[in-house]
Amino acid sequence: MRDLTERALSTATVRGATYADVRIVEQVDESITVKSGRVEGVAAGESQGFGIRVLVDGAWGFASSNRLEVDEIDRVAAQAVRIAKASATALRHRVQLDDRPPAHGTYATPVVEDPFKVSLETKIGDLLAADQLASSVKGIAFTESTYAALRSHTIFAASDGSYTDQTITHVGSGIETNAIEGDEHQRRSYPDAGGGWQSAGYEYIRGLRLADHVEALAEEAVALLSAPQCPSGLMTIILDPSQLYLQVHESCGHPTELDRVFGTEASYAGTSFLTTDKLDAGFRYGSDLIDIVADATAPGGLGTFGWDDEGVAAQSVPLIKEGIFVGYLSSRETAPRIGRQSGGAMRADGWNRIPLIRMTNINLLPKPGMSLDEIVADTDDGLYLRSNRSWSIDDRRLNFQFATEVAYEIKGGKLGRLYKNPTYTGITYEFWRSCDAVGDERSYVMLGTPNCGKGEPGQTGHVGHAVPGARFRNVQVGVGKW
Amino acid sequence: MVSEPTTVAGWVTLAEQVLDLAAKAGASQAEVIVQADDAALTRFANSEIHQNVAEANARLSLRFVDGQRIGVAATGRFDLTALKAVAETAAQIARNVEPNTDFITLPSPGPEPIPELAAAYSEATADATPELRAEGARAVIAEADAAGVTAYGSFATTTETIIVANSLGVRASGARTTSQLITVSMGPSGGSGYAEMAAVDATRIDAAAIGREASARARATANAASIEPGDYPVVLETYAVVDVLDMLGYLGFSALAVQEGRSFVELGRKVGSELVTIRDDGADPAGLPMAFDYEGVAKQRVALMTNGVCTGVVYDGQTAARDGVPSTGHGLPAPNPYGPFPLNMVMDAGTSSRDELIGGLERGLLVTRFHYTNPVHPKLAIVTGMTRDGTFLVEDGRIVGPVKNLRFTQSYLDAIAAISAVGRERRCLKGFLGGVVVPAVRIDSWTFTGATEH
Repeated sequence: MRDLTERALSTATVRGATYADVRIVEQVDESITVKSGRVEGVAAGESQGFGIRVLVDGAWGFASSNRLEVDEIDRVAAQAVRIAKASATALRHRVQLDDRPPAHGTYATPVVEDPFKVSLETKIGDLLAADQLASSVKGIAFTESTYAALRSHTIFAASDGSYTDQTITHVGSGIETNAIEGDEHQRRSYPDAGGGWQSAGYEYIRGLRLADHVEALAEEAVALLSAPQCPSGLMTIILDPSQLYLQVHESCGHPTELDRVFGTEASYAGTSFLTTDKLDAGFRYGSDLIDIVADATAPGGLGTFGWDDEGVAAQSVPLIKEGIFVGYLSSRETAPRIGRQSGGAMRADGWNRIPLIRMTNINLLPKPGMSLDEIVADTDDGLYLRSNRSWSIDDRRLNFQFATEVAYEIKGGKLGRLYKNPTYTGITYEFWRSCDAVGDERSYVMLGTPNCGKGEPGQTGHVGHAVPGARFRNVQVGVGKW
Repeated sequence: MVSEPTTVAGWVTLAEQVLDLAAKAGASQAEVIVQADDAALTRFANSEIHQNVAEANARLSLRFVDGQRIGVAATGRFDLTALKAVAETAAQIARNVEPNTDFITLPSPGPEPIPELAAAYSEATADATPELRAEGARAVIAEADAAGVTAYGSFATTTETIIVANSLGVRASGARTTSQLITVSMGPSGGSGYAEMAAVDATRIDAAAIGREASARARATANAASIEPGDYPVVLETYAVVDVLDMLGYLGFSALAVQEGRSFVELGRKVGSELVTIRDDGADPAGLPMAFDYEGVAKQRVALMTNGVCTGVVYDGQTAARDGVPSTGHGLPAPNPYGPFPLNMVMDAGTSSRDELIGGLERGLLVTRFHYTNPVHPKLAIVTGMTRDGTFLVEDGRIVGPVKNLRFTQSYLDAIAAISAVGRERRCLKGFLGGVVVPAVRIDSWTFTGATEH
């Protein structure tokens, strides 16, 4: 591969690039979908290609192709330079990159049981067994179980001499059970809506033990049909990790992306309320209990790697410390603008996309003291919310509204009856300031999402979130007319 | 040695080679889909180009059928070794799955050839250069400069070549082009405005006009006032109406959603106002046309809602077989657990001018667009989301000033039932389900449930 990367870099440089990098990516994937006890689809795919990113006259250009051939590398390198020159016709600030040292080395996701070597029969059998159990529960309208695995092998080389070789493996699986009666459609999912995902091998899938959970899950979906509507009002809520991870994603992960702060996502996903004047100014994001890091070294996370797609080494970057905002997710281009070095958050969705600032593993750290069960026991009156059903947040990441699949009443420190269609809403920093209990290591779990959308053309990011459960006071619950 | 084709005819020949490989591997039926894209996008922010990308990509997938056992494999490599591996992988998957008892057959060729849609393709878009897209970006930026605001946005041009070939003789092939310019202009004192245009022909996009529209809106939204959430009559601009159609298409107008009991659609049920007529029409030149679906079936015109009454849903092969009806040509690439979707929705225009729509509000809100919408209760089509980039208070039929953005939690079914006027002008826009042709509408009540700081 080194001859191809050198060809790409030299062609780009000869044609006028002052900086160039190239990524050659080979990807394999497989997916299984089972619906209502029957295999609905099984697919396997592979993809291969390369992308060349160049700076010419201080402006960016990028071109990519699936044809990994010398002639095509020359054509694409020339195209990238031409595109950069077109960019330069509407440029007001020349791009300056930080001076990270050249990157060298190899990295591979630790995998115990290679998911691509486990027989298809086993993988289908495991999924089918769980799905058939769930679909046999009386009152279930339909079930859907999924399994997927993805492996990317990426060679990154840059004109500063960087050369890295990484193999990342992600696996995920989960089940949804659906009960429908009249206009009521209730769903319960395990391990969370969208399935559980990690960077790991098939050992993670086995550890989920889908079949052990699905009957109780399906029965709860049916029970929700006749459960009372979730009440409205200002209430105490406890978020299970299966919901809290998405709360962290939407209201802590995205606002700390420095490209959003600088407006470069404004026309699509939006900007951020977290303007740079709030950095190093003591801005209180949350209560003293809130410690959040962007940790690309966390075991098992979907945002775990050796180097980002600019060749910056994986690291753990504090974002919020004891409730105070202290850092951003950043890149080689954005970090110098706030006087820092890149935190290594540039990731691309394949060979045909440029790297963007993406979440790595945005983790809410556990607090020694109370387990999640003890937090429930410590709560006189409130709701326990589990598993996300809907999410929405404004374009500056302030006003959010979430729905969960289920709410459990808390009375006198004990979980009680079910409520259906729970929703809650708030303003980001007010919500996090209202947190008065964060669970300890016993509920701390690595979750994540494989479908974080960002950028134009669209990119789908795989990001991790390790979280415990946590309690929040005076939250507006039960939104809208039902 | 097989190499990557550069023409539609070459791709068809390659697809036929893969069908042969599948037959040799024991397939009783087989289907090959090729998607070859040549796409580019120029992105601008802070009134300068900051991202500028292009890709050449091709992917082939094989649906291997052995009786009722089905396996799918895909590749982005086109040498003989890779193509043989695709056939072997798909065959191996088929051998390992239980029969899909809903599957009867892949489609056969229709009685008539699939019509070529000249309106789906533009040479100008296929030949679009980085310089053309940069010129569009500069035109938007110039309008922003003139208005004293800052421009953000993107200009995309795409050529998509699709080939569907199956062992029963289906041969559907063609290229289509799309282009889209979007912009958000942001001004001092919190002003923010949106404008967008989509077209088959990139040279028909008037970048300066889009820039002017967004910049004027950005200036008009400066110093927005707070307003209490609650129920208000609204006028939704076309950019917001797209979301209503997309969400109804996603939640309801699919045969699979009906078969699984999660759709609001019951044929003959009246859910919308008399003024609401929606169809899916892949041939309508006002939209972004598509001649056939990803199963090689010619797209049929489907009346989804006629004068507020549910009159149809879209089908692919599997959902059609289940209901014993023909496919309407709305299949997605296999394997597809999501079912068919309407990708070319068109809403009938009404008779009202924009001024008349706004003039009908005694006290209400004019909403430019929605942001980050998501279903809260899918079967009732209750959706939450935010307003964005241009929300105005209207009193006595006149815009009196900008207001800060609001969150809504609203049943889109209740909303279309409360449509009291429909605009006579329509726009072609790109929604998340494809090209959509929509007018602006006036709705007698819309429930806003929260507020934000801008």
